[in-house]
Amino acid sequence: MSHDTTHASPAHHEEHEHQESPVVFGFWVYLMTDCIIFGTLFTVFAVMSHQFAGGPTGKELFDLKNVEIETAILLFSSITYGFAMLGAQAQKKAATLGWLFITFLLGCSFVFLEVNEFTDLIAHGAGPDRSAFLSSFFTLVGTHGLHVTCGLIWMVVAFIQILGKQGLGSRMISKLTCLSLFWHFLDVVWICVFTFVYLGSVL
Amino acid sequence: MLGKLTLSAIPYDVPILVGTFIGVAVIGLAVLAAITYFRKWGYLWREWLTTVDHKKLGVMYIVLAIVMLLRGFADAVMMRTQLALSYQGNPGYLPPHHYDQVFSAHGTIMIFFMAMAFMTGLFNFVVPLQVGARDVAFPFLNSVSFYMTLVGAVLINISLFVGEFSNVGWLGYPPVSELQFNPGVGVDYYIWAVQISGIGTLLTGVNFFTTIVKMRAPGMKWMQIPVFTWTAFFSNIMILTTFPILTATISLLSLDRYLGMHFFTNDGGGNVMLYLNLIWAWGHPEVYILILPAFGVFSEIAATFSGKPLFGYKTMVYASGVITFLGSIVWVHHFFTMGAGADVNTFFGIMTMFIAVPTGVKIFNWLFTMYKGRVRFEGPMNWIVGFMITFSIGGMTGVMLAMPAADWVLHNSLFLVAHFHNVIIGGVFFGYVAGMNYWFPKVFGYKLRDSWGKWAFRFWFVGFYLSFIPLYIVGLEGMTRRLNHYDNPNWHPWLLVACVGVFVLTLGVLCQVGQLVFAVVDAVNKKHDAQDLTGDNWGTGRTLEWSIPSPVPHYNFARLPVIRGLDTFDTEKELGRPKPVSELQPIHMPKYSSLGPILGFFTFLLGFAMVWHIWWLAIVGLVGAFIAVVVRSADLDIDYYVPVEEIRADEEAFAKRLNATQAAE
Repeated sequence: MSHDTTHASPAHHEEHEHQESPVVFGFWVYLMTDCIIFGTLFTVFAVMSHQFAGGPTGKELFDLKNVEIETAILLFSSITYGFAMLGAQAQKKAATLGWLFITFLLGCSFVFLEVNEFTDLIAHGAGPDRSAFLSSFFTLVGTHGLHVTCGLIWMVVAFIQILGKQGLGSRMISKLTCLSLFWHFLDVVWICVFTFVYLGSVL
Repeated sequence: MLGKLTLSAIPYDVPILVGTFIGVAVIGLAVLAAITYFRKWGYLWREWLTTVDHKKLGVMYIVLAIVMLLRGFADAVMMRTQLALSYQGNPGYLPPHHYDQVFSAHGTIMIFFMAMAFMTGLFNFVVPLQVGARDVAFPFLNSVSFYMTLVGAVLINISLFVGEFSNVGWLGYPPVSELQFNPGVGVDYYIWAVQISGIGTLLTGVNFFTTIVKMRAPGMKWMQIPVFTWTAFFSNIMILTTFPILTATISLLSLDRYLGMHFFTNDGGGNVMLYLNLIWAWGHPEVYILILPAFGVFSEIAATFSGKPLFGYKTMVYASGVITFLGSIVWVHHFFTMGAGADVNTFFGIMTMFIAVPTGVKIFNWLFTMYKGRVRFEGPMNWIVGFMITFSIGGMTGVMLAMPAADWVLHNSLFLVAHFHNVIIGGVFFGYVAGMNYWFPKVFGYKLRDSWGKWAFRFWFVGFYLSFIPLYIVGLEGMTRRLNHYDNPNWHPWLLVACVGVFVLTLGVLCQVGQLVFAVVDAVNKKHDAQDLTGDNWGTGRTLEWSIPSPVPHYNFARLPVIRGLDTFDTEKELGRPKPVSELQPIHMPKYSSLGPILGFFTFLLGFAMVWHIWWLAIVGLVGAFIAVVVRSADLDIDYYVPVEEIRADEEAFAKRLNATQAAE
C-alpha cells in the first residue's frame, strides 16, 4: 500500500494517521468467502464425479492439451499482472497500462478457449443438463470462468480510470492491489481445477 | 414480453389476500400521503435513504425488522387459528396449498428479514460506538448491504400479491422444490429473496469483521473489546464462513430450475441429501449467528443493571469462541434419519451436546453477575430473566433432540418446532427486544416507556409458554409438523391452548407497538423525564457508547477516545473524565450517496425479472447495477470534513446539559 502519492482527493491527505486503509484487508476477507464458494463447488464436484447417468465420463470428454494451454496462459497472465503492479508502484503509467493490456489479452484468450471447450461439449450432447457429473463440471469450471470474466471487466474499468483523473493515485493503487489479489487467487483456484477436475478425471 | 407474468398471477379470487392487499394498500397510501403532506420526501431522501451513517442504517434495519415481525407474526396467527379450527369434519379456512405457503413465508421472513435484519441493525448501531470508531470500515458498502436486505424483503412480500410464494418450507428442500414438482414461481421468489439478501449479509460480514479488526480506537486491545462486540465478531466470522455456502447452494438449486441441471433432481444422478448437507452446513451456524449477539446484549444488560462488571469476561469471550467452533460442526443433527450410520450420528450427536457446556458457562456468568449486585428490574432486565429460564428449557430439549435415538422418534414432529421456537423466541427475540429497549435512548435521546415494555414482556413470556408447551406435548404424542388438518381428539385441546397463546402474544406485540407510539408522542411533546440528557441513560453504562451525547452526533466522537482498559467509560466515571488534551480537529467523514438506493432498485429489477423469466428486464437490472458500481468507483468526491465550529457547538451544548443535570441532582 502506498500512502504518499495521491493528490486526487483533497480529503485524503492526512487521513487515518493512525490507521492503514482497511480496503485491501477487507477485500482479502471477501476473497476468503469466495474461496468457500469454490470449496463448496469442489465438494459438490467430488460427490458428483461418478454420477454419469449413463452419459459420457470425463476420461472420454476432456482434452488435456487444451487445458494445458489454458493453464499456461493463466499462469503467465499472473506474471504479467505482477509487472503491471511493479509499474504502478513505480508510478510508471505507460508500463502499467502496457502490462495490464497484455494481461487482459491473455485473460481473454483463456476465456475464449474455455468457451470453445464448453460449446464443443454441448455440441456433442455433453451439456450441463446431461448428468449430475456434467452439471457439477460446468458449474465449477464455469464459475471460475465467470470470475475471470469479471476480472477482465474490472481491468477495462481500471484501465480507463488510470487514463482519467484517478491516474495512479493511492485509491487506484489499492484498487489495483485488490485486483491483483483477485487475479492470483483465480490462478490458485485454477490449479485446483486443473488437478482435481481434469487430471483427476483423466488419469 | 413479460415472461411468465400474466394477469392470472394476481390472486384476486382469494378473499384473504384481497383483504390483506386492501389493508396494505390503505396503510401504504396513508404513509405516502402523510410524507407528501408534510413535505418530507426531500428530507427522507437526503437524510435517510441515501445515508451511509451506520446509526441511521441501523435504525432502518430495525424498522424493517419490526415491519417484517408484524408480517411473520400475522402468518403465525393464521397457522394457530387454522389448527384450532381444522379438527375432524372442519377443514379450517386455509386450503393446503395456501397453508404451505403461509408456513414457508413465516419461517423465511422471521429468520432472514426479522431476526437477521434486527441483528444487523444492532450491529450497525452499537459496534462502531463500542469500538470507538466514527463509522464502519466501508460505509457505502454498508448502505448496499441494507438495500440488498430490503430488496429481498420486498420480493418476498410482493409474492403475496403477484403470483405465489414457495410452499416447501423455509429451507426449500428438494426434490419438492425442483421444477418437476414445483413449476410455479413460488420457489423462484424464495430463491431470489434469499439469494439477494444473503449477499447483503455476506457484505455485512466483511464490513463488520474489518471494522472490529481494523477500526478500534487507539489502545483498545482484543481483551478490552466490549462483550457485545465480541459476540458480533464471532457472529460475523460465522457469516463469513457459512453464507458463501448458502449462496452456492441456492445457486445450484437455481441452476437445476433454470438450466435443467441435475444437482438435486431425482433423475440424472442428482443427490437430494447433498442439498440437505449443504443447506444445514449454513443453516445450523445461522442459528448461532443469531443467538451469539443476543448473548452479547444480555451480557451488557446484566452488567449495567447489576451495577458491577460482567462476571467472567474472559470466559464469556472464550465460550463464544467455542460455540462458534462447535456450532459449525453439528449440522448433521438436522437429519440423523439420513442413514449416515451410527458412527457419524454419534459424532454429531456428541458435538451437539457439547455446545451445552459453553452455553451453561454463560448462564452461570450472568447469574454471578447479578449475584450481590444492585439489580434493578427495569425493562431490559425483565427480558434477561425471562430469557435465562426459557432458554434453559429450550436448551435441554435441544440436548434431548441431540440424541440420535430420541431424534429418530421426534424428527419432524411438533416437538422439534416447539424446541426451536423455544430457543429462537426465548433467546434471540428476547435478546434483540432487550437490546432495543436498552439502546433506544442512545439512538433517539428518548426512552421507551418502561411500563409498556414490562407489559410487553409479561405477555410475551406467558404467551410463549401457552403457545409452545402444548406443541411439545402434541409432538410427543406424534403430531408431525406442517399438518393443516388432523383427526386425533387428544391433540385438539392442546392446539386450542396454543391458539389462546398466540393471542396473548398478540397483546405483547401490541404493547411493543404502543411503546414505540408513545416514544414518538413523548418526543413530539418534548416530555422532560423521557429525555436522556446525560448520554448515560441508565446511569451505570460501562462502555464507550454511553460516554457520548444522546442522540449521538453524526461523527460519533468529537475526540477519538483513549482506552483505559475494559469498561473504559466506567473507569472514567470513577477516576474522573480525562481533560481533553488535544484541540478539536476537523473530522473526516464519508458523504451520503444516492448510489445505494439506485443499486438496490436495479437489483430489485433483476430479482423480479428472474422470478418471472422476463429476460430483457433482467439484463436491464444487471447492466444498471453494474453501471452504478462503476459510477461509484469513478467518484472521487466521496468524503468531506466536519468543521471544528460545528463540533465545538455540539460539545458545548452537551457540557451545558451535563452541568444542568448535575446541578438538578
